[in-house]
This record gives sequence, C-alpha cells and structure tokens, in this order.
Amino acid sequence: MLRRRLNRWFGGEDRRVDSRTIYVGHRPCPANEVFIPPKFCDNRIVSSKYTVWNFLPKNLFEQFRRIANFYFLIIFLVQVRASFVCMPTQTVISDIIFFKIRTSWLPLVFLTVLICSQGYEDWLRHKADNEVNKYRVTVLEDGRRIQKESEKIKVGDVLEVDEDETFPCDLILLQSSRDDGTCFVTTASLDGESNHKTHYTVPDTERDVESLNATIECEQPQPDLYKFVGRMHIYKNNEEPTLRSLGPENLLLKGATLKNTQSICGVAVYTGMETKMALNYQGKSQKRSVVEKSINAFLLVYLCILVSKALVCTTLKYVWQSKPGQDEPWYNEKTLKEKETNRYLNMFTDFLSFMVLFNFIIPVSMYVTVEMQKFLGSFFISWDKDFFDSEIEEGALVNTSDLNEELGQVEYVFTDKTGTLTQNNMEFIECCIDGHQYKYRDASSEVDGFCVTDGPMNTVQQKAGREREELFLRALCLCHTVQVKESTEGFIASSPDEIALVQGAMRYGFTFLGLESKTMKILNRTNDVEMYELLHVLNFDPVRRRMSVIVRSISGETLLFCKGADSSIFPRVKQEEVEKIRMHVERNATDGYRTLCVAYKHLTPEEYDQVDSGLREARLALQDREEKLMAVYNQVETGMNLIGATAVEDRLQEEAAETMEALQGAGIKVWVLTGDKMETAKSTCYACRLFKRNTELLELTVRTLEYPGKRREDRLHDLLLEYHKKTVQDAPPAKTRVARNWSSQDFGFIVDGATLSMVLNSSSENNLHDYKDLFLQICQNCTSVLCCRMAPLQKAQIVKMVKNSKGSPITLSVGDGANDVSMILEAHVGIGIKGKEGRQAVRNSDYAIPKLKHLKKLLLAHGHLYYVRIAHLVQYFFYKNLCFILPQFLYQFFCGCSQQPLYDAAYLTMYNICFTSMPILAYSLFEQHISIEMLLENATLYRQIGKNAMLRWGPFLYWTLLGVFHGLVFFFGVWFLFSNPALQDNGQAFGNWSYGTIVFTILVFTVTLKLALDTRHWTWINHFVIWGSLAFYVFFSFFWGGVIWPFLRQQRLYFVFANMLSSVSAWLVIIVLILLSLLPEILYVVLRKLFLFNFNQKSVKGIFCHFSGLSNVFASRWKSLVVFILFFGVFFIFFLFFYCV
Amino acid sequence: MMASSYSAKDEDGHITVSGPGGGTLRNKKPENTAFKQQRLPAWQPILTAGTVLPAFFIIGLIFIPIGIGLYVTSNNIKEFEIDYTGDDTSSPCYNCAQNFSWNNTKSCTCIIPFQLDQPYESNVFMYYGLSNFYQNHRRYVKSRDDSQLNGNIDSLKKPSKECEPYASVDNKPIAPCGAIANSMFNDTLKLFYNDPNGTSVPILLTSTGIAWWTDKHVKFRNPGGNNANLTAVFQGTVKPVNWHRPVYELDTDPENNGFINEDFIVWMRTAALPTFRKLYRIIQKNNNMAPTLPRGNYTLVVDYNYPVRSFEGRKRMILSTISWMGGKNPFLGIAYITVGSVCFFLGVVLLVIHHKYGNRNNSANISN
Repeated sequence: MLRRRLNRWFGGEDRRVDSRTIYVGHRPCPANEVFIPPKFCDNRIVSSKYTVWNFLPKNLFEQFRRIANFYFLIIFLVQVRASFVCMPTQTVISDIIFFKIRTSWLPLVFLTVLICSQGYEDWLRHKADNEVNKYRVTVLEDGRRIQKESEKIKVGDVLEVDEDETFPCDLILLQSSRDDGTCFVTTASLDGESNHKTHYTVPDTERDVESLNATIECEQPQPDLYKFVGRMHIYKNNEEPTLRSLGPENLLLKGATLKNTQSICGVAVYTGMETKMALNYQGKSQKRSVVEKSINAFLLVYLCILVSKALVCTTLKYVWQSKPGQDEPWYNEKTLKEKETNRYLNMFTDFLSFMVLFNFIIPVSMYVTVEMQKFLGSFFISWDKDFFDSEIEEGALVNTSDLNEELGQVEYVFTDKTGTLTQNNMEFIECCIDGHQYKYRDASSEVDGFCVTDGPMNTVQQKAGREREELFLRALCLCHTVQVKESTEGFIASSPDEIALVQGAMRYGFTFLGLESKTMKILNRTNDVEMYELLHVLNFDPVRRRMSVIVRSISGETLLFCKGADSSIFPRVKQEEVEKIRMHVERNATDGYRTLCVAYKHLTPEEYDQVDSGLREARLALQDREEKLMAVYNQVETGMNLIGATAVEDRLQEEAAETMEALQGAGIKVWVLTGDKMETAKSTCYACRLFKRNTELLELTVRTLEYPGKRREDRLHDLLLEYHKKTVQDAPPAKTRVARNWSSQDFGFIVDGATLSMVLNSSSENNLHDYKDLFLQICQNCTSVLCCRMAPLQKAQIVKMVKNSKGSPITLSVGDGANDVSMILEAHVGIGIKGKEGRQAVRNSDYAIPKLKHLKKLLLAHGHLYYVRIAHLVQYFFYKNLCFILPQFLYQFFCGCSQQPLYDAAYLTMYNICFTSMPILAYSLFEQHISIEMLLENATLYRQIGKNAMLRWGPFLYWTLLGVFHGLVFFFGVWFLFSNPALQDNGQAFGNWSYGTIVFTILVFTVTLKLALDTRHWTWINHFVIWGSLAFYVFFSFFWGGVIWPFLRQQRLYFVFANMLSSVSAWLVIIVLILLSLLPEILYVVLRKLFLFNFNQKSVKGIFCHFSGLSNVFASRWKSLVVFILFFGVFFIFFLFFYCV
Repeated sequence: MMASSYSAKDEDGHITVSGPGGGTLRNKKPENTAFKQQRLPAWQPILTAGTVLPAFFIIGLIFIPIGIGLYVTSNNIKEFEIDYTGDDTSSPCYNCAQNFSWNNTKSCTCIIPFQLDQPYESNVFMYYGLSNFYQNHRRYVKSRDDSQLNGNIDSLKKPSKECEPYASVDNKPIAPCGAIANSMFNDTLKLFYNDPNGTSVPILLTSTGIAWWTDKHVKFRNPGGNNANLTAVFQGTVKPVNWHRPVYELDTDPENNGFINEDFIVWMRTAALPTFRKLYRIIQKNNNMAPTLPRGNYTLVVDYNYPVRSFEGRKRMILSTISWMGGKNPFLGIAYITVGSVCFFLGVVLLVIHHKYGNRNNSANISN
C-alpha cells in the first residue's frame, strides 16, 4: 500500500497522462507513432508489510510508537547503564540489582516475542502472496501457448483462461469459446453478487487473436468496479484502423471467475497492484482498541506523576542536604568517588535513581497481564458452543485478540446484505392473481403438487378464473431473461429473483424449457409444449424499473408481458384493476418480500408493426440511443392489463431480524452497505425490521436526483437540505429522543453509490464540506441507513467517514465476501461470516463467526464482559501500583530523600509478578458482573458501557484517589505506630524493614480484598486464586525470611516477618488499616445500591431498571467522590477528636 | 488478503494468520464444559444494606471496646524520658557536648538527676533514643556486610564493597565494616537510685535479651564459631574508625562479645524513622513485692562519647514499662475507637437511609 501511495505522490508522470496505450500482444502497430514499449507495473501482488531488509527497523519503529514500549526501553537502558557503567553513582539499582536486572529484561523479552509473532504473520502473508504470484497461467505468444507465472504477466500479454479459473489480472475480452461472443462471469469475490454476469467480446477481434494487431487506449487505473472507458484501434492490412469503444462489459476483472464458458482469451490492461481489485484492497493496518488508547492516556498521566515525584524528591534531597550536617554527617560519609563526582551529574543520577525507584508505578506487568487476558480471554469466544454451526462444522474464529473489549464498545454496525443478512437464496412465496391470494404450500407436504387437477391451486380456493391463472403463469414463464444451463437443467440469470419466479411458475405447472433461436418453449400443465416466438426484449433498467417481452404465440397473437415494481406498473395499467392488487403488494412489501407486478397487453398487428419499427429505429440510432429507446418503451408499455403480483422472499439468515433488533436495542446503529440493487436491499431491510412500517424513508439515489428542469447537483443540494431539516433541525433534542425512540418518527435513509460519490467527491463544488457534513448528520439521525450499489472501496469510505466523524464512534463491519474485505479492514472491528463466498472475509477479519445471529452474543455478552473485565483490569492495575509506590514515595521524606526503598527488593519484584497478579487475571477472565443470559435478554445493558464509560477520566480519577487514599492510610497508619518502635511484648524494637513489611502486608491484603469486593462472580478459581495468593504471600514471607540466603549480600528480611507476626500491635494495625481502607468502598457500594433502588422506582418501571444501576455506577463516579470526601472528612474529624482527647 | 482470493483452491482457508486457537477449532465442536462455556458454578455475593448494616454495627461494637482497651493499656504504661543532649547551658551534659572531640581517649561523664513520680512495676525497659539521626539513609542502610557478620572468614578479610568508605583502613579490613557498625552508639548509661536515706544504690541493668533471638543466634555469628578465641580470630583486622575498643572487647562475657554482642546487634537493626529508640538495658523485676523502680530520686550517669551536635541530633534516655502490645503508643487505641465509631455512625446513618428509602423497594430486588 505504501508503494501505491508513493506512486500517487511521486509518480507524477503517470498521473498527468490520463490514459494508457496498450499494444495487444506487444506487436508494434503500423500507426504513425513510434513503438515504445510502455512501462507498467508487473503483476505481482504485495500484501505483506515488510521485506527481509526493512523488517527490523520498520517493525521496531512501529513498536516504539507505543509509548509504553518506548518508556520501558528507556527505563531498561537507565538501569543497565546505571548498574554497569556508572557503578559509583550507586543508584538504588545496585541495592536491588539481583532482581532488578531480571525484571527489567521482562518487557524486552515481551517485545521480542511480539516482534517475532509479527514477523511470522508477515511470513504467512508472503507465502500467500507467493502462492498467487507463482500461479501458472497460459500466455499466447506468437501463436504459441506458454505457461508463465502469474507475476510475470505484463500489460499487453494475451492470456487464455479456462472455465472456473479466476482472472489473474484485468483483461479485455477478445475471444470467447461461446458462439455469441459472450462469456459468463461471477464477481462474488469482488462485489458479492453471485449471479452470472455476461461480458462481451470486442467485435472484430473474435477470429484472429493470434494475429490481431491492435492498440488499446484506456484510462488510468481507478478503483470503481463498474466504470471503464477505453477504445481499441484495430489495424488490418494497412486499412484505415477500425475504432471500437470499450466499456465495462468488455473488461474482465481480476478476482472474478469464469463460468459456463470453456475458455476465453483476453489482453491484460491492468496488472498487479493496478488492478481494480487491488485498488479496492485496503492495507491491513494494526488496529488499536479504545482501551489501549485509554491506557496510553493514563500512562502519560502516571508518567507525569512519576517524573514529578522524582523531581520533587531530587529537589528536596538537595534542599535537605544543604542544611549543615545533613549531607554528610560523621556517621555516614560518602565514598571518595561520590565526593569527586560532579554535582550536576550527581543531581542527574539522583533523578534517574528516583525514576527507577518509582518506576513500579508504571506497571510493566499490566501490559503482560493485559496481553495474557486478551490472549486467554479470546479462547472463550472460540470455545463458545453457541457459536458452533453444525452445518459447516465450525465455531467462531479469533484472528486477533487485541480487540476483544472493542466488541463491547460498538456504536455502528455496517453489514453487508448478500450472504450476511440474507442467504442470497430467492424463493417464490406467493402470488396474487386478480386480487386473490395464492400461497404455495410446500411440495413435500403435497405429494402431487404439480398436478393440474389436484395441484397447489386446489389447496387454496380457486378464486380467479383458470384462464387468468394460466395467463399469469405464462407471463411468468415468458417475461424474463433467464437461460437454461445446458448441463444441469438449472437456470442462469442476471438476477436471482428472476430464477425464483421461473421456478415458482414451474411449481404451478408451467415449466420454461429454454430459448432456442428466438423461440421460447414452455411445458404447460397438460404437459404440452407451447412455443412462443420472442420478438423483443425490453430490458430492465433501474430508472424504468420494469422489463417487458413481446412474444408471438403459435396462434399468431402478439402479446406484451411486462413485470416490474408496483410504482412503475400501476400508472400504466387500467386503474380499475389496481386497487385489488395494491393491497396485497403493500402487505407483501412490508413483510419484506420483493414484489413485482405482472401485466400484459394484446398488441394488434398494426400496433406491433409500429412498435417494431420504432424499436429498430431507436436501436440503430447513433445519438441519444438510450433516450429514444426509452421513449419507445414508455410508449408501448401503456394501457396494459394488470394480472397479478408476485412475492419473492430473499431468505434471511437465521434470526437475522432478531439480531438486528437486539443490536438496535443495544443502541447500536445498523447500516446496510450492499452492492446490490436498491429494491432488493430495501425489502431486506424491511424483512430485518431495520425499516419498520412507520419508518419514513429518505431516498438519495439516482432516481430521486432525476428531477425535471434541474441539474443533478442542484437537486442533490436541495434534497440534502430538505432531509437535514427533517431529521436534524426538526428533530427533538437527542435526550428526549432516546427516551421515546419507539414513539417518535423514525427515519430510514437510502443512498446509492453514484450519489454517494457525488456527495463525497464533488471536490470542485465550493460547498463540498457542507455536503459531507450534512450527509453525515442526516445519517446519524436516522435509525437505519441503507447504502446500495456500493463498490467495495465505497463501503470502506463510508466506514471511514463515520469512524472519523465527531466523537469517533467505534465501528464494526460484518460481511462474508471479498467485497466486504475493505470495510472489514477499515472498521475498528471486522467480523467475517463463514459464508459460502469463500474465505477472504474470514481471513481478513478480526473475528469470524459462522452466522450473523452469533453477532448478538458476540457483542452483547462477550463484548460487554470483555470490556468490563479489561477496563477493571486496567484501572485496578494503575490503582494497585499507585498505592504500592506512594508509601515508598512518602518514605523519602523520612529518610532524607536518599532513594531508600521502603520494601525489600524481593517484595518490590514479586508484588506485581506473584502476590497481586493472579487474582486480577482470574477476575479479568471469569468475571460476569451480570450473567450472560441477562445480558442477552436485555440488550439495553449494552448501552451502559458505551463511550468507554469505565475508562474515562471520571472513573480514572476515582481509582487514582482511591489509590492515594490507600497509600496514605498505609504509610501514615504505620508511621503513627512507629512513633514508638518498641512493638513487641519483650520491649524489643522494630527497624525499617519491619516498617516496610507491615506496610507491604497491609498493601497486599487490602489490594486483594478490594478486588474480592469487586468480584461479583466467585468461581472456585477466583476463590483459589484470591485466597491462594494471600496464603502464598504469607508462606513466601516466612520462607524468604526464614533462611539465610547465601546469594544475598544482605539478610535484611531475616525473620522480620515472623517477628512482625509475634507482635500484637502489628496484627492490630494491619487489621484496622485494612478495614479502614476498604470502608469507603463498602460504603459506596451500599449507598449506591440504596439510592439506585430509590431512583429507579421513581423513574422507570420494568425489569431492567434494576440493572441500569450499572450505568449509573459509571455515570455517578463523581457522586462517589463526594461520598469519598465525606467519608474522609468524617474519619478525620473523629480521629482528631480522639487524638486530642 | 487480496492475493489469496486469486485461486479458488485456497478457499478452504488454510492460511489462518495468527490468533489463538485458530487451528485447533477446525471441524471440532467446542466442548460443552462448564469452564469453556463460562458456566462455572459461582457464588454471587451482593453487598446490600441488609448484609452490610449488621457488619457495620458488629465492627463498631467490637472495635470500640478493643480501642478503649488498647487506649487504657497504653495509658497504663509508664514512661519516663530524659533528654541529655546537652546543648543547653543548664544541662549537666553541656560541657561534655561542647568539649567533645574524637581524639579524647578519656570519656566525659555527666550526671543527670531525675525523679520518678510513680513506681514502675514489672520489668522496666531502658531505651536510648536518637533524633534526627538518619539510620534509614540509603547509603547508611546498605553499608554493612551481613556475611561478615554471619562469621564468614572470607568476608572478614575482604569486606564487601558496600561498606565503603568504612571497608578498610590502610588496606586492613575493618571488622565489623560499614557505616552502621562504625557509628555504633557508645554512650554508657548507668542508673542509680537515691535512697531517701542518702545512699546511692546502683540499679542492675541486664544487657541480654535486648536483641531478636534469631539475630543473636543465627544471623550474627563470630567468625570461627562462638567459642573461639576472638582476639585470634580478629587478627589482621582493624576496629572501626570511631570505636574506642575493637569488636572482641565489647563485653567480657564470651556469649555477648564480638559480633554477637547484643548492643551491637540492636544497633545494626536500622531504625525506620530518623527519630527512634533502641532497647538498651532491661531492669528485671524484683522477686519481692516491691516495685522494680520505686518512686523517688534517681541519677543517670552518662559516659558521653557519642556526638550528635554536628547534625543537630538529640539523645534521650527512656524508661518504660511494656504491655502485651509493646511500648506506650496511644495511636492504636485511637485508631480502633475512631474506626469503630465511624462504622457505628455510618451504620446508624445507613439504617436511617435504609428505612427511609430502602424498605419498600425490596420487591424490586431481583437477584442476578
């Protein structure tokens, strides 16, 4: 991708030329210009990030972009330098050298592992690239077929591609094995449309590909899949070159697959990274979760605290030393080297020493624990049996564990339609003939379902006349562009619902046998073959929204059958018939079915002659061909007789509607981004209940932009303003809207790709920024948004636009096809559905699930829990290290700011590694503050953790204050006790290591019990780990103090712990200080509960109001501060009172 | 990866980049175990007013009596403190303090009379207290060699670098090395009871049992075992610069000499705060019913060897009885009474709130 960007910035040469010239087969042309073999990029695909050469520097650079990694590197260097190079400075490190060096290696090891794993990932990418690049393709060169590696293809090469192969680059179709110069292609991996598309050869190239002498002039590569402009000069034996225009119908895209055609020949026009597919591919960038960003922010705060602590201490040290007799009293002289060292250097090393002493405040172990939590936690997703799909025999797949918690923060879901929301499996549901409803009952229950007399018609009352019925079915059988697939008796059509209709008619007894030399054959109910001569096909187009055929029956009757959207048919039929059918159509439409109305018309020979000549004339027209055709179409498709309507269901995925509803209930906005047609997508939205009956649809499509007498740009402007007024300005303020969001007017917004690119790209317009903003504001105020006719890159653009909008909401993309890859990569979280359309989406996703319905549990249960867990983990880590280091900081005021550690080195090291690490890890893996069932039932619970609720500054401040409070209590509680260090009943006194050990014991117990208070879900593991780590602490302390360690230079802790336990005072102080530290928390929890009950009773009724407590917890952290301060005040007053007494 | 969409063969997706458990999942139904499905049986406690209120009251009811008990105990401890720094002209030690010089071989003695208003029963503990003495300074704390003190011969001859600049003199190792040992408190304190009949009775001061048992018996050892000839063992070492006597002459009792001298051990346990006290002597209680130290007049005789004026320190002598909770310290009692009262107070407040708002909402209490 970098290369592409570079090309864009530096390849100015390329840019300036708007078109490229390609010499087919590299044959020089007899044209007047000189043949210069042009330079194009090769056909190599590069999706890997690194090469062997740039891996280390580039990866290291990326690693150190993380503040934490950089910080740990610095600290490591300081420690190594301080301990090895300048021994005389004698920083704290030399005190605790034994452990310190080992622990400071930890992050480095961690980093190495990280780098290695990224290297491995990139190696896999290289391998995948190679597989593609080394794929053998057939190149026609000078009449010979040569096998070549795919990456060696050059622009201008003539390639041969066989059936079911994928095109290795973008080709212009020159020759097809089919007689009619067409070939069929599926672009499922590009845009998700699994139907067959017809592409056409360039006329005149058919016969002589071997000796074809031609040049192609075409535009420079651009990502739009549906656009291509070019022309071909064909030179024949010094004749005047023939000029052929090329369009997208001649272009075969890389990534598409050849179907139903034996082989084709084509000339490569775009290769490698310049193919439309590659241009639509987004580089896989490393995704970082909001939590990580929060951690970085907190880290900066703590870094500031750390630096200021070190500064304060350094300053105080020199202030203190400046007093006579303090710096170097007779009992504590400096060594010679210390005396000689420069004063300023001393200051600096002192500063660094303080940094090292306090560096525990920035927990290395947190990063390790967070990584472990993410890694281990993600197993729960892949282990979840609810995600197991028996059909494909697979469960969920976790490709990255970095984003678990992001699943709990999603605000926008972008979903693909085909294959994700729907199964892309059209089914004929019912029809309506003359206002009578015919519902097809399943053939399995009706053994002879196709029988005439006892057919499905009988299952419903015969309401319409038989004649009408048969007319209707004939219309279904004739009015389409379906082809019969030779080999398998299946149907091929450009749109799956046409197949559904033909199949529907088949079930009612009319089978379409195929089209042979302009004759359509139908097998009717009496098993007779009916023949119709196909006279004209009036093609479907999105503006007309209908298609017609004109056929002539054996009896010589000329008939026009027309089918199309109700809105385009109703005005063109006799009005008395409309009302009966309109009702059905509307009901079907709101049920989410695709409805089509069918009409017919008898054409008298005179009429037909007129039409025929009109059509021929229009088709031959050189100018305004389209308009002229349209005029004829419109003219002939009038005054028809409405026969009936059909309803086709685009089968939804299992529980798709429920999932969508749950997501909306969770406050997530669902946008459907599809490459499909608007009608199909709209009906799917209805079926998924994204659009509801009362939803007011705002359309911004090519169709609505067609407005007589106005430029499209102006119309766009008007519409945008109008919609904006409707949705944003007239809407009640957001707060009230949330409360009554079911009662107020919902808006659905529909936009299509062409219009979207007008909105986004019309850079020449001066009010462009307004457009984008207006558009975004409208979108954000609509409950659902439907974007249809989207190219893959446009999907990504939409995601990007929302992602970068105000408040930078968290986005999630879900899709199953290769066309969704770009949006999956673009969104914060990308979900791949393990669908039928291959694995690209799954491979590029962060999480892959078998079915859409799994999204609900993934977000509502897993996401929610992960977020709560990790947020608590992060806050807790900062908290526990703050109250760990604060006493050490305070101790500096009592030891002459001499960097004397309060705790023993073993404690300093083990605190984060052993004593307090396991409980929080267990908590962050197993906590379920609300049970999974409850989370799934009450989608609204999801809203409570939205917007990073637990990691905002409020909660952070709360935790920090709690840490400070605890630190103060620990230190000064023991300080008061040590005003008389004779604490044993034999009058013996305690020293500084006892002081530290008492503080440390209180610390470990308080911090662990604090977590125990927070734990709502005590599995045996939690019990084991919490009580186990406390027991381990006690055991370790005995052990550590019970032996004279030969490798230790100082036996500081020898029997300190045991002696401490022999002192009743120590016991008493430990108990009272632990209790005192935990009191505010307990009080806070209880008060919260009391007030919340009260609050909830008054405000909202309903079951989940009970749980909305949680939201208020996070929202009311500020209130908690008040409680906190009040408590502290009360405590202080009491203390003073008693002390004075 | 876009590349992989190229060939249809690769559609089975065998390239799974990263991710835990990615490979193991294939074609395998997740096990339906409670652990893997996050359905482990769990205890789900909720702190409610109902559970916390009694706890508060109980804590209050337990802590307040304990606090009162502690407070009373602490108040019953008798403590007498006398500052003999001698920076005041009126102080008997003024002269000694003024004339102090490291070169004085003859110690300066000062006599301080004092009066005990109350009789001291049971064992009485005699402490010396120092102020503004930073025994917890980092440079100081680490300036020792524990392996030397543990009787290691190698360390005796070659003290650890940590002892610098008190490791050696003229290339001869110092034993015991380091700043802590070097600055050992060397005032001698003697106590006399002035009998009302005019005679001055010396009070017997026990100098053993003042150090931790483990320190005396395990952590500190004389080189070559405790029964060896100390003078021979310490041959080749020099005494710390500021000491008057070498380490093997600290006491005449071989059980209390050399590194295992208890005064030395006590000093080597560095104090936590710059103002501290260390146990000096124990006055064992008499066998008869008379108080250990009856009320009356006493004389403290100090051999003034230890200079503190240079760093504005102070020296004290403390006589104290000891309870089961140690020396006199009202803090614990106050802390317990405070926390107990706060709990009780909060209990009452909560109860009021609970009754006012809580009760009628109990119906909504759906367990989660």
